[in-house]
Amino acid sequence: MPDLLHGYDPGACWDELLRGDGRARPGAASLMTYLASLDPDELLVRQDAADLAIKAMGITFTVYHQEEGSIDRAWPLDIIPRVLSAREWSRIHKGLEQRVRALNCFIDDIYHDRRIVADGWFPGGYIDDNSNYRAECQGVSPPLGVWAHVCGSDLVRDADGTVYVLEDNLRVPSGVAYMLENRKVIKRVFPELFERSTILPVDDYPSQLFDTLAALSPRPADYPEVVVLTPGIYNSAYFEHTHLAQQMGCELVEGRDLVVGDDDCVYLRTVAGLTRVDVIYRRVDDQFIDPEVFREDSMLGVRGLMRAWKAGNVALANAPGAGVADDKLVYTYVPDMIRYYLGEKPLLPNVPSWRCADAEARAYVLDNLHDLVVKPVNESGGYGMLIGPASTRAERDEFAARVRRRPRDYIAQPTLALSTTPTLVGNRIEPRHVDLRPFILSSDRCQITTGGLTRVAMRKGSLIVNSSQGGGSKDTWVVSAARGVR
Amino acid sequence: MLSRVAENLYWLARYMERAENTARLILVNANLLLDLPRGVSPGWAPLVRIVDGIEAYRESGRKFTERGVTGFLVGDVSNPGSIVSCLSSAREDARTVRDSIPREVWEHVNDLHLYALAHLKGGVLKSERHRHLQTVIQGAQTFTGMLEGTMNTGLGHAFLCTGRYLERADMTSRIVNVRSEPLLQDEGIEGLRPFENIQWMSVLKSLTAYQMYRLRMRMRVNQAAVLQFLVLDEEFPRALLYCVNAAEAQISRLPEPDDTLRVIARVKRQLRESRLQRVTVDSLGGYIDALQAGLAEVHDALVAAYFDPDITTD
Repeated sequence: MPDLLHGYDPGACWDELLRGDGRARPGAASLMTYLASLDPDELLVRQDAADLAIKAMGITFTVYHQEEGSIDRAWPLDIIPRVLSAREWSRIHKGLEQRVRALNCFIDDIYHDRRIVADGWFPGGYIDDNSNYRAECQGVSPPLGVWAHVCGSDLVRDADGTVYVLEDNLRVPSGVAYMLENRKVIKRVFPELFERSTILPVDDYPSQLFDTLAALSPRPADYPEVVVLTPGIYNSAYFEHTHLAQQMGCELVEGRDLVVGDDDCVYLRTVAGLTRVDVIYRRVDDQFIDPEVFREDSMLGVRGLMRAWKAGNVALANAPGAGVADDKLVYTYVPDMIRYYLGEKPLLPNVPSWRCADAEARAYVLDNLHDLVVKPVNESGGYGMLIGPASTRAERDEFAARVRRRPRDYIAQPTLALSTTPTLVGNRIEPRHVDLRPFILSSDRCQITTGGLTRVAMRKGSLIVNSSQGGGSKDTWVVSAARGVR
Repeated sequence: MLSRVAENLYWLARYMERAENTARLILVNANLLLDLPRGVSPGWAPLVRIVDGIEAYRESGRKFTERGVTGFLVGDVSNPGSIVSCLSSAREDARTVRDSIPREVWEHVNDLHLYALAHLKGGVLKSERHRHLQTVIQGAQTFTGMLEGTMNTGLGHAFLCTGRYLERADMTSRIVNVRSEPLLQDEGIEGLRPFENIQWMSVLKSLTAYQMYRLRMRMRVNQAAVLQFLVLDEEFPRALLYCVNAAEAQISRLPEPDDTLRVIARVKRQLRESRLQRVTVDSLGGYIDALQAGLAEVHDALVAAYFDPDITTD
């Protein structure tokens, strides 16, 4: 037992690196041996080196602050990696691929014939009152029938080791640039670790993303003009937008850089005139992409973009309206979608969920608020949730009223004992809860990041991993058993 | 190069140059203070008119006193033309084009902006005014020097330089214009005549032009010679003609520059054909206004050609 880990106790939670008997999990052995060989001061020196590297490399995220406006903060990275065995990862990989395939079938079906509704597998009413459903997209057939080209699915692990899908982000999921940067920083501060284990690389993502986007080009014969559309410098993920654009060798554009011509094609305004754009990786929300169709007051979008998209003259990733499957009530139907569209058994389970829209489930939820997590179906970033066991009476009463008022807008889930992983806190290593967000790319084929972004709740006992709310991150290793594992 | 990026680079340079020249503008007037006889003080209101700020000034509810005007021009964040606002705008522009300029330049612009924010009252107190304005001027000069020393001289550089020289031409003309205003509140005082040349010397000094004037013109300071120098010199880098020539050279590096170059050529003709000898204090204002209108047309031509061109998609 290494000194640094003396007194390390994940309690009843599953720990990602250590088994109950204190031995390392598959793939983590050489990391644990190495950590044991370091004296505590050395580890702190490495953490400082990592913090410095992050500042020097300018890895930031933006937080909006009431008084100071938006501020750039250094990205929080804990230097102890989170490890997954290649064997487990390959199982998760298959499950994610299956899941996103079904989700894309579902979205395409919803915007066409709605067979799934006709066949009684999914209540049609949940579409019409879904705030992410875009009637404007009805009947549109995007290239390859794919709507969600980039999906970020959040995975969590419960006390018994089961990995669940917590939610699927199909609108503009972010975080992948941090996954790439985390790896770069850890390579810098822990080079020796990479000699000891076979850690599968992650750096391929930008090329895979480019290939995914390029495959959507309406002019397949030419080298496609792919651009990244950002809301601008005040967006919390602006760093990621610039990063991905640079890594893909694409222009980073704002709405005002694009214009839709009378020919319903999209053009880039350059000092040498207009250049046709084929594919837009848009990181602007649906409602803001085209003031002609959606919010009229949007300064972030491009007038006529929807016209161009519907005419097939430009590809948008993700397709507008893809968020219809982002809704957490729709999420509860994903296992059914897999059975319905693919005729397969779901490989990755959903977190068991109660739909507050069902009277019976609602009654149960209202009776058991203190044990459950209640989530609005339509929020992301961990906002607007009730975490039952950590709530006060008044909060529960208020939530009960909300659920009664708009049952359709809430689902409830049991409070999972999220898995923990060793994390440097002060000068000690302590267990902290983590999740995992892999990114799934779909167009002509499906590609998935190796591992993903591990987010960690830095406060003791906290389950909130969102960086906007004080969460940190970790490098995520998928370690191959080929060699280097004892 | 994206039109937006080109436009932001152009404005980045303009705002930095504007901050520098606004500091110089205040210095002219402040220097006059030191040279005038006791009991006579320069008016400060004309400075506000010169930077087209009358409306904003009235809204700010200030009085046309030395304190009011310097506060307005240096540290008033609600005045878009104040030094601090120019530096804020420059910083915003720099932030959106961080990929296109050397990292150190961005950091410098950011630092200078923070300095200005921390010294909003820096221009109001007489004891600190000179040092504060000099810091702004030197900060802007450092910016220009860093770009010349470290940036690729491609299209982005051409847009930066174009912005810099157009703004400098415009601001030099405004600074010259200070002298055309009834700066002295008691114009009727007979005894002020001898001070006229001294006032032109102040104008030169605030443009760091006195020494260069002596070297080039080889004569003592008088109105006609100073105007000749500040308007038509082709070697002094703050002279109007020099700036317009420099802008022309930069614009000719841009794609399909002919439309813009035609406008520049017109401004140059206007400069060359002027009869400076005949310009009097009374007609100076009108002459300068016409030049400024010409410079504004160059800007409009750049907008039409590069920043916001009419869309033709055939």
